[in-house]
Amino acid sequence: MAAGVAAWLPFARAAAIGWMPVANCPMPLAPADKNKRQDELIVLNVSGRRFQTWRTTLERYPDTLLGSTEKEFFFNEDTKEYFFDRDPEVFRCVLNFYRTGKLHYPRYECISAYDDELAFYGILPEIIGDCCYEEYKDRKRENAERLMDDNDSENNQESMPSLSFRQTMWRAFENPHTSTLALVFYYVTGFFIAVSVITNVVETVPCGTVPGSKELPCGERYSVAFFCLDTACVMIFTVEYLLRLFAAPSRYRFIRSVMSIIDVVAIMPYYIGLVMTNNEDVSGAFVTLRVFRVFRIFKFSRHSQGLRILGYTLKSCASELGFLLFSLTMAIIIFATVMFYAEKGSSASKFTSIPASFWYTIVTMTTLGYGDMVPKTIAGKIFGSICSLSGVLVIALPVPVIVSNFSRIYHQNQRADKRRAQKKARLARIRVAKTGSSNAYLHSKRNGLLNEALELMGTPEEEHMGKATSLIESQHHHLLHCLEKTTNHEFIDEQMFEQNCMESSMQNYPSTRSPSLSSHPGLTTTCCSRRSKKTTHLPNSNLPATRLRSMQELSTIHIQGSEQPSLTTSRSSLNLKADDGLRPNCKTSQITTAIISIPTPPALTPEGESRPAPASPGPNTNIPSIASNVVKVSAL
Amino acid sequence: MWAEGESEGLQTLGIVVVVCSSLKLLHYLGLIDLSDDKIEDELEMTMVCHRPEGLEQLEAQTNFTKRELQVLYRGFKNECPSGLVNEETFKQIYAQFFPHGDASMYAHYLFHAFDTTQTGSVKFEDFVTALSILLRGTVHEKLRWTFNLYDINKDGYINKEEMMDIVKAIYDMMGKYTYPVLKEDTPRQHVDIFFQKMDKNKDGIVTLDEFLESCQEDDNIMRSLQLFQNVM
Repeated sequence: MAAGVAAWLPFARAAAIGWMPVANCPMPLAPADKNKRQDELIVLNVSGRRFQTWRTTLERYPDTLLGSTEKEFFFNEDTKEYFFDRDPEVFRCVLNFYRTGKLHYPRYECISAYDDELAFYGILPEIIGDCCYEEYKDRKRENAERLMDDNDSENNQESMPSLSFRQTMWRAFENPHTSTLALVFYYVTGFFIAVSVITNVVETVPCGTVPGSKELPCGERYSVAFFCLDTACVMIFTVEYLLRLFAAPSRYRFIRSVMSIIDVVAIMPYYIGLVMTNNEDVSGAFVTLRVFRVFRIFKFSRHSQGLRILGYTLKSCASELGFLLFSLTMAIIIFATVMFYAEKGSSASKFTSIPASFWYTIVTMTTLGYGDMVPKTIAGKIFGSICSLSGVLVIALPVPVIVSNFSRIYHQNQRADKRRAQKKARLARIRVAKTGSSNAYLHSKRNGLLNEALELMGTPEEEHMGKATSLIESQHHHLLHCLEKTTNHEFIDEQMFEQNCMESSMQNYPSTRSPSLSSHPGLTTTCCSRRSKKTTHLPNSNLPATRLRSMQELSTIHIQGSEQPSLTTSRSSLNLKADDGLRPNCKTSQITTAIISIPTPPALTPEGESRPAPASPGPNTNIPSIASNVVKVSAL
Repeated sequence: MWAEGESEGLQTLGIVVVVCSSLKLLHYLGLIDLSDDKIEDELEMTMVCHRPEGLEQLEAQTNFTKRELQVLYRGFKNECPSGLVNEETFKQIYAQFFPHGDASMYAHYLFHAFDTTQTGSVKFEDFVTALSILLRGTVHEKLRWTFNLYDINKDGYINKEEMMDIVKAIYDMMGKYTYPVLKEDTPRQHVDIFFQKMDKNKDGIVTLDEFLESCQEDDNIMRSLQLFQNVM
């Protein structure tokens, strides 16, 4: 119910007293007013700005967020108000909707932000009032066009391997840049369209004389040659049309489209001419059908973006053009009539009838002024000058509208092209930011270990030296940590990965380790064999690869210098010079790696489990273990 | 009426007019489509809105307090203003937490575990019910939920293929850059270990009872189930 009507309901009900004496049967019972609440003011706090309204105002529309019990989810017990973490500007419009029953769309607001807010409050955009609905729809259409452009170009760039032959053909037709074959086809059809048009033009040029007859146009002199050319072009066009028809995803829609009609109209005259050559009477009329061959020039609109823009502009300015035409026609008729009657008196005047005067009027109003018809009487000259002045005015009026339309559409196209060009750069930047977040995890792992190393060293003031991560970040990192534990693999960054693979490819060669060489560029398939108990060499890199082992959360760190290792479960720490071996404390152990610094003397720890003694100095061991804890319930 | 040379030209004019008007007529009849609109003016506004049950009811049905429900709902509504999560949105949300790899398959299985009524969309009630089990439920309930997650076709048994799919999905989330490098048969071996542990009677499938029994025997699993106790 609209806002106003609800307020008048008590009045209407009271006025029903007037029916009581007249009624024959007893009246039904009135609905009881359960939990009759006093109408109370409720406070809506939207990002700090407080709005107040009556509860009943909001309850007018019970299928929205504010009108239903859904708002209880946003009730703040402490301050006894409803808190929404949304835009207060748009909320103003939303609340006005409850108050007045009309939803307005503010012009300065971004269309998608506004849509999001409406979706949040559960309000359908359809109920935007008439005053603002046009604007809303226009902006929405613009936005949708932009999104469609983006999606189109996205789809074009994706490689879709599973396209059927028909679909590839259609894509080739629509976007000639997808494959060389499509490009060839595109240029060939363009060439033949040009040939066909030029043929039509040259056909009519007078081409020298055959002795004994008058000058002939080229078409008749070399009629066979021209006929062959025409046949060839029409063949190509027919084949192209049939191929497009075959490849179109929706044949029905394709047949109904403009380009298909142009194609058909372009080749029809030829076939009709073929059929009609026998019948002499009718053929004369159908020769004039040849004029339709000029439609072939419109086939160029597939090849030229500018032509399409022009066509679209004219179509969108159809009403302005119509107005121009109509007003011109009115003016022509008026002035032609006047001129006719003015010049009626003069002898040998060319203004023989009103239609004859049309020509004069048109030529004068468009300021052409051929001079084949001129008024001779004074009245005629006066009216003639008025005619030319008004002609200038009438034509000048709708032209700026058409021009502005063209400019808008043209710039839209420019913007679309520019956006497509910028898209790649934008996506690259977004990707960089994304890798930043994944690097944050690796970074925090190192920092976390550093923190614990310092903790154990017993320097309380340096405990908090590490970068403080927010609670959310640390929880996220914990989640990733759990995933690592589940799969027994560890996240590392790209460079480490490639280094590892290069290094492990080197381990197949008996030559000594040379960490800096990369004689085998690229990754080999024998990367980092997980099961092997061979020793692998890791370079003394500055990039740490941490290994977390403990079953409990941040447990103690096993720091090794050159002293005896302690037997607690440990974590290999980075920047420490010595290598360390790790002793699994529990049955389920994980992969261990460690960074070895090559120059240091082997300070290996004797390990309990079966680990091969390292043969060469400064190796480290890499013993994966198979048993792992599989069941990890992770909430979301 | 007309001069001699006029007839052919006027014929041409007449034919042009006839053809153009017939095209226009066909356009009006809808048989052909002279307008080149790429955008159909049927911008569908499918605003399927869903409101959850009242706060009190949800509080009674789950193990969350009112405050916690409010916090959960706010986050939920932020991502899905319409009140329903479909699989696409769910995958996108989940993928944000695992930028390294591809979380879509695991999110798919998760979604179907959340969507108990198999409607294709998760409402706030489903969401909160599942969270209540996972965060505040008993060990038995949690294990049951996990069993349901692994049982992809919901037939009451987990076979090796289902487990393979799940484990592969988990490994997909790790991405490419791992240490050590993920090999082809890593998931398979993982599944083999799992079945060795869980499948008591070695019949190739794991039933709910076998699953519960094996998990309760394993201390690590028991301990890790308590891990997310205070996520809220």
